[in-house]
Amino acid sequence: MAAKKTSKKSNVSADELLAYYRDMLLIRRFEEKAGQLYGMGLIGGFCHLYIGQEAVVVGLEAATKEGDKRITSYRDHGHMLACGMDPNGVMAELTGREGGYSKGKGGSMHMFSKEKHFYGGHGIVGAQVPLGAGLAFSDKYKGNDNVTFAYFGDGAANQGQIYETFNMAALWDLPVIFVIENNQYAMGTSQQRSTSTPDLYTRGEAFGIPGEIVDGMNVLAVKEASEKAVAHCRAGKGPYVLEVKTYRYRGHSMSDPAKYRTREEVQKMRDERDPIEQVRDMLLTGKHATEDDLKAIDKDIKAVVNASADFAKESPEPDLSELWTDIYADA
Amino acid sequence: MATELLMPALSPTMEEGTLAKWLVKEGDEVKSGDIIAEIETDKATMEFEAVDEGIVGKILIAEGSEGVKVNTPIAIIGEEGEDMSAASASAPVAADALAAEEAAKVPAAAAAPVEFAPSDKSPDWPEGTEMKSMTVREALNEAMVEEMTRDEDVFLMGEEVGEYQGAYKISQGLLDKFGEKRVIDTPITEHGFAGIATGAAFGGLRPIVEFMTFNFAMQAIDQIINSAAKTLYMSGGQMGAPMVFRGPNGAAARVGAQHSQCYAAWYAQIPGLKVVMPYTAADAKGLMKTAIRDDNPVIFLENEIMYGKSFDVPVMDDFTIPFGKARVAVEGTDVTIVSFGIGMTYALEAAEKLAADGISAEVIDLRTLRPIDYATVLESVQKTNRCVTVEEGFPVGSIGNHISATIMQEAFDYLDAPVINCAGKDVPMPYAANLERHALITTDEVVAAVKQVTYR
Repeated sequence: MAAKKTSKKSNVSADELLAYYRDMLLIRRFEEKAGQLYGMGLIGGFCHLYIGQEAVVVGLEAATKEGDKRITSYRDHGHMLACGMDPNGVMAELTGREGGYSKGKGGSMHMFSKEKHFYGGHGIVGAQVPLGAGLAFSDKYKGNDNVTFAYFGDGAANQGQIYETFNMAALWDLPVIFVIENNQYAMGTSQQRSTSTPDLYTRGEAFGIPGEIVDGMNVLAVKEASEKAVAHCRAGKGPYVLEVKTYRYRGHSMSDPAKYRTREEVQKMRDERDPIEQVRDMLLTGKHATEDDLKAIDKDIKAVVNASADFAKESPEPDLSELWTDIYADA
Repeated sequence: MATELLMPALSPTMEEGTLAKWLVKEGDEVKSGDIIAEIETDKATMEFEAVDEGIVGKILIAEGSEGVKVNTPIAIIGEEGEDMSAASASAPVAADALAAEEAAKVPAAAAAPVEFAPSDKSPDWPEGTEMKSMTVREALNEAMVEEMTRDEDVFLMGEEVGEYQGAYKISQGLLDKFGEKRVIDTPITEHGFAGIATGAAFGGLRPIVEFMTFNFAMQAIDQIINSAAKTLYMSGGQMGAPMVFRGPNGAAARVGAQHSQCYAAWYAQIPGLKVVMPYTAADAKGLMKTAIRDDNPVIFLENEIMYGKSFDVPVMDDFTIPFGKARVAVEGTDVTIVSFGIGMTYALEAAEKLAADGISAEVIDLRTLRPIDYATVLESVQKTNRCVTVEEGFPVGSIGNHISATIMQEAFDYLDAPVINCAGKDVPMPYAANLERHALITTDEVVAAVKQVTYR
């Protein structure tokens, strides 16, 4: 990891730290359960798990306020949970049921929540980036100080439309934070094999967009970078690029055997850099929580996740009439 | 020797123009490269340069003259001392000769002519409404002005829409009226700005995206289809994209394969989109207003050649035309001709020729291609028992193919002949004038198709 930034001393409270722990653990356990349900045939199609990357969304969300927007790619379950969407609705969408966020019509890659300002869930690599800039455009047009987080991966960072968007976002001072979640593999192609220069945070330089690299396994470092980027955007100074170095433990999707990297590489990351373990250590060594406190949180989360799985299994499939609804807004 | 200066063609679709101003007078000496006149085309005011050296002998067309046809002699340039008063005004007007040649090809009427009367009834405005003549360009401009005045959330975005006043002048004056917050010049980056506009629509605004032509929208088609058209469904109805993608579509004139394609059938295939392709100025205005108010992404297919054509438009405070309602442009009894957009030009010309031959054609202008007004087509076919479809787009998977299939499924027993689809040829658009004319449909082809289905 070439992460240059670590937050040795951060002004977070014990409560905040506990909240991050809880939010990251929820994503981890939720994704593990989703993997299980996929294995049981309850979830179909593509399913991209976020395990290993939890600190990214939790850290970034820590600097948001009501009204801020977020949009991402198909690896989206973590983003939805982090912005407060209901695990039941997310899981039921994964199983394609009526109780899902899109009534079962979107699936793992296509979920939305107007209430939580979550704008999807997009399956075409990179397409969410101009859309995110467009959301920021709408806020600037309306004259409020909301900020949009447009998440994309190291793979998407090579899509042409991202640079079209960088140009216009900078030209028009759009309040958008381009978050490059660099998990180092674009499906099976490592960053070294796909990217001419290693530092993605410099990709905005040609457009005059400031960029920063962040240790994405450290939630506090991510939070700090997020605060800085958000302040920049809210002040009307235009877009910001954050390259958040992270790692996904699982394959690209459920059907990926991940032969392009060694088991040792993954294990080393889990052992040494795991974002949840890092916070757990901080909580315990700082005496902000006891083993028992953390056990209680683990238990709560397990209950939430199990309940979401039960809900997702019990919720009926959408009525066949749903095939013909929501095609047109006035239909 | 005296040479004639001819009225120049200064845009691909210019047929005539206004000689706005002479910058030289008779007796002046001119050199190659001197600006000698200002000419207003259908798009802009252009400077006209001298190509040869000489003395301006005679100015044949006075400044301020409107409707000067391309290739009309406008002045005579000669050498010093030469008598130029006798120079002939014979203009080699190729277009006229061609028209005469084509007219000569039409065989003499075999049957007693029937009446050809384009319908003046419109279901879209009350009888007796005051009408005024307006070009399609003016109608589109007026529709945008009215809707932008009505709703603050409507904005226009695209290449050259602002300071340049629109590549085809559709957005002329909008920047002055609404300011740069709402009339936004973009870089040349269709994929990016189509995505940004779609995101803005998700965020609650109502963008109008102008593509300089729909050929360039191919760069953006992923955002149009995967993002704008599908999000409402994918989100279970939570959010969609209330917006308009508009611009000229189809062949203009002599601009070659990459700038001459009709996308009607492409977009009409996509659930989640609405697709409009007007022919008249009244339809352009009424449908554009409806498109801007619609809560769904609307593809609005205009045509460069149609921009300068004039039609009567009703004078009404708030004139809209609903989607999914075809217009019966001519009533008839022997055959139904179904068309839309610029295809209507051929359909109407054919109907007039056919009337002279004693064949009464009913001409239907679909106006919107998604939704399509099947009922009006089927009702007509049940009356005439024959149908020919007319469009400029490619023949495979065309709108005509779809209409034929629908008629076969819904009105098979009423058909007295197979439906014939007249479409553009199955070739990339050639540049050569004669090849281009044949690559598009011709009125004669429509006439022949009708004769085939009516067994004449």
